[in-house]
Amino acid sequence: MAYETVIRTLRQKITSCESQLQDLRRHLAEAEYQNQRQRALSHPERNVHSSADPLAHDFTHGMHDDFTSEIFAALSHSEEAAPPKRRWPLETTEYKRYGRQLIMPEIGLQGQLRLKKASVLIVGVGGLGCPAAAYLVGAGVGTVGLVDGDTVEESNLHRQILHSTAKVNMTKVDSAIVSLHSLNPHVNLVPHYGRLTPETAISTLQHYDLVLDCTDTPASRYLISDTCVLLGKPLVSASALRTDGQLMVLNNPPLPPGNAAGGPCYRCVFPKPPPPESVVSCGDGGILGPVVGTMGVLQALEALKVLTKEPSTSVTRSASPDPPSLLIFSAYSSPMFRTIRLRTRKPKCAACSAHATVTAEALNSGSLDYVQFCGTINPVDALGPNERISVDNYAKIRLDVNPFTGLEPSKDSHILVDVREKVQFDLCSLEGSVNVPFSTVSSTSSKVKNGPGTEPITEAGWVAELRQHVDKPIFVVCRMGNDSQVTVKKLKELGLDNGGQRWIGDIRGGLRAWRNNVDKDFPEY
Amino acid sequence: MSQAKDEDTVSITVEFSGGLEMLFANERKLSLTIPVKDENGERPNIAFLVRHLCDTIMKDPRKELFVLDDTVRPGILVLINDADWELEGEDKYEIEEGDNILFVSTLHGG
Ligand SMILES: [Zn+2]
Repeated sequence: MAYETVIRTLRQKITSCESQLQDLRRHLAEAEYQNQRQRALSHPERNVHSSADPLAHDFTHGMHDDFTSEIFAALSHSEEAAPPKRRWPLETTEYKRYGRQLIMPEIGLQGQLRLKKASVLIVGVGGLGCPAAAYLVGAGVGTVGLVDGDTVEESNLHRQILHSTAKVNMTKVDSAIVSLHSLNPHVNLVPHYGRLTPETAISTLQHYDLVLDCTDTPASRYLISDTCVLLGKPLVSASALRTDGQLMVLNNPPLPPGNAAGGPCYRCVFPKPPPPESVVSCGDGGILGPVVGTMGVLQALEALKVLTKEPSTSVTRSASPDPPSLLIFSAYSSPMFRTIRLRTRKPKCAACSAHATVTAEALNSGSLDYVQFCGTINPVDALGPNERISVDNYAKIRLDVNPFTGLEPSKDSHILVDVREKVQFDLCSLEGSVNVPFSTVSSTSSKVKNGPGTEPITEAGWVAELRQHVDKPIFVVCRMGNDSQVTVKKLKELGLDNGGQRWIGDIRGGLRAWRNNVDKDFPEY
Repeated sequence: MSQAKDEDTVSITVEFSGGLEMLFANERKLSLTIPVKDENGERPNIAFLVRHLCDTIMKDPRKELFVLDDTVRPGILVLINDADWELEGEDKYEIEEGDNILFVSTLHGG
């Protein structure tokens, strides 16, 4: 009991310290931002390029004298002093920091200056956005904006490399800014808290040169692509799930809608959204860290290629960009990478053609409903109340001694079917439960002849198994309580309920509800 | 090379990516032999292949995750020899010996 109190007190203290820490970090980020703005104002010819206090850094690490005096000059006389003439196009520290990429012909001095002038918006600071941001900030892109409405969760950390254990519950934007700032204090980092919406999309994207789509829903992908087309911004779009990833550079070159020479947009490639039931999230399907990391790194690479590209000057030899393509990464295939040639702009595209219906006015007014366009899946509500049992009542069946008979509860009195996939079942399961993966359930045809004497020719093993013990009721459980309902329906279609004589029902809310209401130690994953 | 092969069939490779393999018993790559003429005596095209995959190869009953209105559902790219099928005539493309047809489902995770 004493320990419990100690533990509770410690937990409370940690929570309060963490929230204080988060406040401090936010104040720090704001102060740094103001500081950098002030410096930009006082020294307008120099690019806005630092959100750090360079003095603090330089006093610790040492630096070139004329840079120090330049900063002192900048700080002491703000407006009236004429800026000292610069000897080299880049700061001395920049030559050192970016030296390894500067000596490459693909970058060179001009490429680095282009990067320094450039601004990139990263939408989504998760598995794709973290590595992408790290490489772009590391490479010295002048301004990097970050959009995200989420906070860091423990289950993000295996892949979202800018976040860390101590930053759980911090906003992803703040967490990323802290990491990126320590990586390269010369980059101007701009936070955009909250999700991108149709109403905020144009105002958020318009000040940037290039956009990275690092989001995780079809709705946001259409929204970002449409906005990029309207604003004439190239878009580097990537996605990942399980062991696969995909990458496209869209709207490149970013010519106005109706100009067939512009690069295709997301709608050209996918005019219609996928049915919502076919969309699988990383939370449901799983994701391997290095797979999504690979795709994020490749996004940074494509962004660097676009940003450092020499603008075509000659009229006769206009540099034609790479033909539009889709890169497919498949970690467990050989070869792992494949490049697919994509179509050019679609003559009837709703966004980038001369017949475009997606307009800035429509976007700003909020009349384009991307969530509705992509559809949503309603939570399954397939069963009647007498086909369902709450976790609390099920716990009584499992755990309580019958108060009248004094009989021990028997796990043998019923059959508990867990329909999570085997790999999840192997992680943790309720004692005595039988695993019939939902994929097996779904791939079993329910067209089974069930008349007397007409035994189906080949009945799936699991169905035959459940057909035995006709006296035992069947409880079906899954992770969240959706698949279990669908399974109950299927079991009844298969005639396992013996024409209504045998009870078959689902455990409402699944193992998540079980953990919340009954067994706190049941693992959450 | 072509001497050894059956004159009445066309041998092709069909691949699945982006999760579609789950609808095909987790096979990412299939070597298929399809008739040189379809039910109307025409050369088999992609539309024929999609029907063939759906009716004969796919054991999973969730057909709607692969086809919708007699063609591949939205969100699936069909790639013929590493090029978007829109470059090749979409489902009218007539399949040739040795073709590689890849079906890719779009991913959305990030
Ligand atoms: Zn388009």
